[in-house]
Amino acid sequence: MKLNGAQIVFECMRREGVRHVFGYPGGSNLPLYDTFIQYPDIQHILVRHEQSAAHAADAYARVSEDVGVCFATSGPGATNLVTGIANAFMDSIPLVCITGSVVTTLIGRDGFQEADITGISLPVTKHNQLVLKVEDLAQALKEAFHIARTGRPGPVLIDIPRDVQQQVCEFEYPDSVHLRGYQLPPPPDPALARKAAALIAEAQKPLILAGHGVIISKAYAELKELAETCQIPVITTLLGISGFPGTHDLCMGMPGMHGMYWNNMAISETDLIIACGMRFDDRVTGRLKDFAPNAKIIHIDIDAAEIGKNVRPAVAIHADLKPALAAINAEVKPKDHPEWKAWIKAMRDEHPSIALPETDTLLPQYVVSRLYEITGGDAYVCTGVGQHQMWAAQYFWYDKPNSWVTSGGLGTMGFEIPGALGMQVAKPHDTVWTICGDGGFQMTSQELAVFVEHKLPVKFAILNNGYLGMVKQWQQMFYKDNKSAVRMHQPDFVKLAEAYGMKALRVTDKAGVDAGIREAMAHDGPVLVEFVVDEDENCFPMVPPGASLQETVDQPPVLVRDKEVTGTR
Amino acid sequence: MSREHLHTLVALVENRPGVLNRIVSKVRQRGFNIESLAVGHSEEPGLSRMTFVVDASLVDTEQMVKQVEKLIDVVHIEDITNKERDMLARELLMVKVKCKAETRSELLNLVNVYRASVIDITPTSMIIEASGDTDKLDSLVELLGDFGVIETCRTGQIAMLRGPERVGPDAGHQHVLLPHLAGGRAPGGLF
Repeated sequence: MKLNGAQIVFECMRREGVRHVFGYPGGSNLPLYDTFIQYPDIQHILVRHEQSAAHAADAYARVSEDVGVCFATSGPGATNLVTGIANAFMDSIPLVCITGSVVTTLIGRDGFQEADITGISLPVTKHNQLVLKVEDLAQALKEAFHIARTGRPGPVLIDIPRDVQQQVCEFEYPDSVHLRGYQLPPPPDPALARKAAALIAEAQKPLILAGHGVIISKAYAELKELAETCQIPVITTLLGISGFPGTHDLCMGMPGMHGMYWNNMAISETDLIIACGMRFDDRVTGRLKDFAPNAKIIHIDIDAAEIGKNVRPAVAIHADLKPALAAINAEVKPKDHPEWKAWIKAMRDEHPSIALPETDTLLPQYVVSRLYEITGGDAYVCTGVGQHQMWAAQYFWYDKPNSWVTSGGLGTMGFEIPGALGMQVAKPHDTVWTICGDGGFQMTSQELAVFVEHKLPVKFAILNNGYLGMVKQWQQMFYKDNKSAVRMHQPDFVKLAEAYGMKALRVTDKAGVDAGIREAMAHDGPVLVEFVVDEDENCFPMVPPGASLQETVDQPPVLVRDKEVTGTR
Repeated sequence: MSREHLHTLVALVENRPGVLNRIVSKVRQRGFNIESLAVGHSEEPGLSRMTFVVDASLVDTEQMVKQVEKLIDVVHIEDITNKERDMLARELLMVKVKCKAETRSELLNLVNVYRASVIDITPTSMIIEASGDTDKLDSLVELLGDFGVIETCRTGQIAMLRGPERVGPDAGHQHVLLPHLAGGRAPGGLF
């Protein structure tokens, strides 16, 4: 069958199971856009800025558990994708990004809208390729999908000059890839599983640190089996949230910079850490040299480069998490650690990190906890980055597997809106709440148009404190309260949403919260609820930057606010 | 400079456009400083062999090996320092040195001692070509300093392990079969 380059792209996408493309047309990808009409099974969602195409494809990939695809044109279209690609790269998300490039005769000659996107995206892609011959296109795309979704997933960018999209060749989809330099990890070594099981049998104070790998590998059942069989408390990292049921007796919540006090103390006390698909990020470990001083570490990761990068494990298992945990489960014997669990419980009782204070004002945490109660936890939740993100991680219990989507590694403000877009497209019949900060919301708010256009019933909750809250918190605590460039002039968010044709309401006091949430949920289209929250509230517990987990500040220190406060909440 | 911290890493890489950029970009991005880098064709068509020398007191060579190995175009990379089999390392040097009639015979003596050769000669200069390990070439350049060095050019080190085996992947190449999925979902348990 003779096809042109653009048709080859669509034939490949169809064979890879692609149903949705997030993108933006332009001069260099016109042949691709000319071809959508021939492939009605592949729906295009037009975003309003290419960054959102990458974020939407990223969130779509997370909840649909398959590759997300985005399109952009050359030059600025391609460079606008970069933040979204970097976000996906840091969080190990499978994307295939297809950019149009200037025609081959213009490459390297500063053509109009030319940018060296394979060069620019090199450090933030798992792989990329500029395809200069139409005959190479099918193989390049086959490899792109294979590389994106296997091993440690990640974004792959394929750059296709406009003339290559138009050239014709015989199309045959390859049935194999031949990548000499790309090996998938071997099955877990049974001897290492036995060694891990022996350490687990010896341990008196074990902990599981569950990361994003649990979700990517779909190792939910295996993790639960290990935790329950050996009665090991499970700490979920920011991206590990919803990899283990949030309301499970053994679920301890998040560790690290804004993690639970008891977790940070338990990590400092534990004699064995079983690290499952997590990479000992600095936000998890605090000052690395004081991290888990008494612990042996079993580190399971699909990426060999993560093993030994930040900590030296006693047992290193380089494998996919799901079979690795299954192999360990086959070796362990039932066990309990009543004293250890009692130690943690005492720590929890003494330092109830996330007990909601009694206040008259509307606290952002209160909004999140009401969202949890009213939805019953039956929702997919997206967030941006900052204080609201931490509160959404702390005050909502994620029982549903893979129901929590956030920008973890890169910490990209503005992810909350295009992220919710990708999630709702992937899960059209589920409730999607996106918890937004007022700062991040203004980074991508142009996308509201897309929700109205496609009738995507996402519920937006803006926690508006009038500040870039997390930056303000750092300025208060570490820069002598010199609030620099964090107070923001706001648009009227309700009117803004209404201007896009979206229903919107504002809640300014505690009493209105439940009604606001219920009204949003009762509406069958997109709704924005602006919660005008206490602007003085800050995010705790907190490990000051550069400090160790032992130095976790459980309560806000005195004199960090404009007005006089006490040391308790 | 003390050479005891220096490690030699040998990589086999796909000979594709941009591959050098990919590897150097990764090395830079992860903060691994390299002392020298030499690249050329290998015994296998389509593959190039690269030799890196890095200062292991400054660079976590294990991390560097793992990070570079992640690149799709890198078929194999290995730190061949301190292996059971001895490593042989060589470098090529060209040096242009000032030369007058009265110093010419002294220079030619040095060339002989170092088993080097003269590849260009003028009334006022000489180009000497020498190969050997880095210490030998360093000492030659130092001795030539007295005559007045005009220009030096070095290839960076290349290296092999003694014995019949090559430095490369153990097994044959992996050929991954992926069945067509017309309109279907992704295979496998992963994404």
